[in-house]
Amino acid sequence: MKHRSLFLKIMSALIIFGAWEIGGRSGISFAFPPFSESMTAFWTLTIDGTMFKAYAETLKPLVVGIVISGILGISLGIWIGLSDKFDWLVSPIFIVMQAAPLAALIPLLIMAYGIGLTSKVFVVCIMAMPVIVLNTSAAVKNTPTNIKEMAKAFQGKDLDVILKIILPASSPIIFAGLRLGVSAGFIGAILAELKITPTGVGDIISYSRSIADYPSMYAAIFSIILLAVLFLNILEKMENFLIKGNNQGYVSE
Amino acid sequence: MSKDNAVTVKNVFKNYGETEALRDLSLDFPRGELTSLLGPSGCGKTTLLKIIAGLLPATSGEVIVNGQIVKEPGPDRAFVFQDFALLPWASVIRNVAFGLELRGVAKSERESIAAKYIGDVGLKGFENSFPHELSGGMRQRVGLARALSVDAQVLLMDEPFSAVDEQTRRKFQEDLLNLVKNENKTFIFVTHSIEEAVYVSDQIALLLPRPSRVSEIIRPTSFKNKDVDSIRRDSEYLDIVDRIWKSLRTYVE
Repeated sequence: MKHRSLFLKIMSALIIFGAWEIGGRSGISFAFPPFSESMTAFWTLTIDGTMFKAYAETLKPLVVGIVISGILGISLGIWIGLSDKFDWLVSPIFIVMQAAPLAALIPLLIMAYGIGLTSKVFVVCIMAMPVIVLNTSAAVKNTPTNIKEMAKAFQGKDLDVILKIILPASSPIIFAGLRLGVSAGFIGAILAELKITPTGVGDIISYSRSIADYPSMYAAIFSIILLAVLFLNILEKMENFLIKGNNQGYVSE
Repeated sequence: MSKDNAVTVKNVFKNYGETEALRDLSLDFPRGELTSLLGPSGCGKTTLLKIIAGLLPATSGEVIVNGQIVKEPGPDRAFVFQDFALLPWASVIRNVAFGLELRGVAKSERESIAAKYIGDVGLKGFENSFPHELSGGMRQRVGLARALSVDAQVLLMDEPFSAVDEQTRRKFQEDLLNLVKNENKTFIFVTHSIEEAVYVSDQIALLLPRPSRVSEIIRPTSFKNKDVDSIRRDSEYLDIVDRIWKSLRTYVE
């Protein structure tokens, strides 16, 4: 079974890359190089260190933004989940934030915070935070009442109920939100580099496009996807480690 | 048997908005005995039990446990839930020890206490199983072990056997009789089964609905010291079952 799933994953990659290769070779467009050329460019960019330098730049707003979104988002989500008043006060902000066309807001952010790191972190947060907050609050609200009541019946303090009942019960959904938030954060980080100031990977993308070096442009895009997948996998491993045995479902439901 | 009361309910009223759930309800629970609260659904049995537990506030009136007025859940009462209310992510031993964990008992101490009660309820060997791996009957044994391990003087049981199958239920009823005999505890037992109430109780409080009040208190005498196997053939047992059904039938739709 394990082998089979690995086999299918490899198959799926082969099909996509194969289609990319064929599409590129058949000459759909000058701006669509085949997979092999893009990979060669990827290799060159990695060897000469351009890629590493670029990611040193790109990861700054990404990591800062995701850490802020994670900590602040989960805390706010828990608070929203626990208090109806706070829910009414704060939830609409995140619902609007999630629906807002971010690209249109970027000029506003630039006016307020300039073209530096702050604006980029903001973009990452705007992308990542809503889904983290909304998932966390929904999970906290849906904690089964019977086990909360049980903890109270055995003299659990409010803090015990939060730490020993609500958090473990909601952690699978909190992690799902975190994963979605991280992928949204990646999109935000690249968007920021394309729309605010071209640095890092965004710079490789816009620069290669401007000199019509399309293989390098696709190599940069490919690298982002690769990194995002890698990051999500690490997060999943972390999740499995932290909440072992928590995906057992609810007894008595 | 001493005649003092472990729990006294005095003139308790409970309103949910406009709805009157309990009206001027007074009832004594003799120490060391099992009292069942029996009545049709909607008669406020569970409400009364939760008020005694301190999980729900009474609108007026008071509940006295061992001379103390109940304001919140306390170490003198333990609760057994109809739907078990186990933590799905915790092993049997952690679930059983959870009441002690909330009281701040050290891990090694609470686990040795929990191990003893796991043995007592017949779950030896399942210490490290998870609730989803157990049958309904075994889950309720975990719930019972959890309530016993905090060593409360009063055990509050909210239809504890209604979610287990009939055969397991009979076994539970026999075990409960032995428990009442051997542990010097006061049991308050909510049930909607007439046979079950008559079988296990020293005293049956018949509650009638809308608004809920105690209509009758029945104390079976002749079969109390008999063997568990002959109770169901005792003529007093059969008479009481009959009598209770006659008073309840008009309230059942």
